[in-house]
Amino acid sequence: MTPLSIAFVPLTDAAVLVAARERGFAAAEDIDLTLVRTTSWATVRDRLVYGQVQAAHMLAPLAVAVTLGLSQQPAAIAAPFKLNVNGNALTLAADFAAALDPVSRNRITDPEATAHDFAGAIGLHRRKPIIGVVHRFSSHALMLRYWLGYAGVDPDRDVQLRVLPPSLMVEALRAREIDGFLVGEPWSSVAVDSGLGEIAAVGASIWRRGVEKLLAMREDWAEANAALVDRLLRALDRAARWCDDPANRSDLAELLARPDYVAQPAALIERALGGQIWLRRDEAPVEVPDFLLFHREAANFPWRSQGLWIYSQFVRWGFTAASPDAEAAAARVFRSDLYRRALAGSGTPMPGASMKLEGALGAPLGVGSDRGTLTLGPDRFFDGRVFDPSRIEEYLAGFAR
Amino acid sequence: MRIAIVDESGLRATILEDGLREAGYDDITLVPPRGAFVARLEALAPDIVIIDLGTPSRDSFEEMLAVSRALARPIAMFVDASDETMIGEAIDAGVGAYVVDGFAKERVKPVLDLAIRRFNAFAALRSELEEARTALAERRLIDRAKAILMKSRGLSEADAYALLRKTAMNQSRKIADVAQALITASELLGEMP
Repeated sequence: MTPLSIAFVPLTDAAVLVAARERGFAAAEDIDLTLVRTTSWATVRDRLVYGQVQAAHMLAPLAVAVTLGLSQQPAAIAAPFKLNVNGNALTLAADFAAALDPVSRNRITDPEATAHDFAGAIGLHRRKPIIGVVHRFSSHALMLRYWLGYAGVDPDRDVQLRVLPPSLMVEALRAREIDGFLVGEPWSSVAVDSGLGEIAAVGASIWRRGVEKLLAMREDWAEANAALVDRLLRALDRAARWCDDPANRSDLAELLARPDYVAQPAALIERALGGQIWLRRDEAPVEVPDFLLFHREAANFPWRSQGLWIYSQFVRWGFTAASPDAEAAAARVFRSDLYRRALAGSGTPMPGASMKLEGALGAPLGVGSDRGTLTLGPDRFFDGRVFDPSRIEEYLAGFAR
Repeated sequence: MRIAIVDESGLRATILEDGLREAGYDDITLVPPRGAFVARLEALAPDIVIIDLGTPSRDSFEEMLAVSRALARPIAMFVDASDETMIGEAIDAGVGAYVVDGFAKERVKPVLDLAIRRFNAFAALRSELEEARTALAERRLIDRAKAILMKSRGLSEADAYALLRKTAMNQSRKIADVAQALITASELLGEMP
């Protein structure tokens, strides 16, 4: 068996990697997979960039940032596979959430109103609200900025975004060091279950099919080990299909609950897997069927347009200056070519294109695929804007900031 | 040269501090990565930050580097990115070093070398301690299992041990595992010695 190490952060969306190892999908491709539990994104990045591991569970924007040289040692990152779509939630302390719609379900179903309510609550709060995010270069932070920006909130001026590791968010909320946080599961469910906060928004209600975690590797390593990359992707494709099957849900929750993975109660982990989300502790859960996707709708396909959307947001928030070189480098991170090569012989439907308009689908749509039918789910941004990867400048000009 | 040590383990931080002082560095501050540690570091303005790569607070620390106005000079992780052997050793040992731009790498290398050695020594110490603890726990299990056999089967201590050992060899298991199984079974059957 070929030994292979992958670094991960203990979160529900490391599920595909865990299933690949624990349910034999890696072994079936003759890969002896080791998962290296890592407690910060900085250390995941360093382990990958300096070659201590061959691949990593990585925040999509961080992969772009490392490639652009915005996060310590620059390295060209190749992401041939998305590990999931969606999966985040915004949790607010009860006193801050009191300024929002009192019916918790309405906050999720009407993100426009909730954004405006949030904006109105800022001035009434006892301090400038402090919202925890896991990393400057996280999908969560970009979505929070996007959502607040819609309501005229300047995320660098009107709120304070504080970077905290996911595992410390709940304690920081308990100690009232922060007024809320936007983080991957199971941490929002843990906070709700402890009665410390209320879920006020979910990733899927801000961007219906949001980019989240990637399988990242160094580009030079991926090129030198093409056959192994193909085997790994085939293993992950089957593992992702297994994770998405409702029949395996409780087995998966038990696996993730183990101390060497997420180390949180299986019942809390299962909420996100089944899209049964408790917004408040003492209410019935609400159904969010697209809370977290692992495989269906070609969830793992690395659309190059999504790398460019991340780049557009980096430019929007001043993380990097607009330049053709940076744009090209960001588009190269999402390696749909490697995905196609590896899964050419599999039964997984393959999109015909590698770029698409992001946010153009209001309803499910059957699209061109080389085999079987492929239905893409609705992928609207909550404000109805559409991202055209060939007209980034125009897209950015449409935002006040 | 002002050095800050950010480490979850107070003991390891102290061991590293002692080593640095012996080597002639005297401006050293320990900053545990809890609460408002980022603000403390910002006020301290160290030239080198030695950080435990296992701390979940690294992302908070790097955010400070990205936004702080107090830090006028850029700070890079590992001063000499071309020295891959050393960086590999550092990551294996769990040590990171952030160095203020403009610091000569000849001045940083001995500090990092020392940190790697002390981190490794600490890890070795801890695994020895862990082994000793396991050995002690296994001894206790075997003693209890022997006592059960001596009482229930009227064996001498030496014979009880020989029986445990023979069973373990026949089943290719550790003596401690056989002892544990025996204790569990005996508890279920209500024959606590």
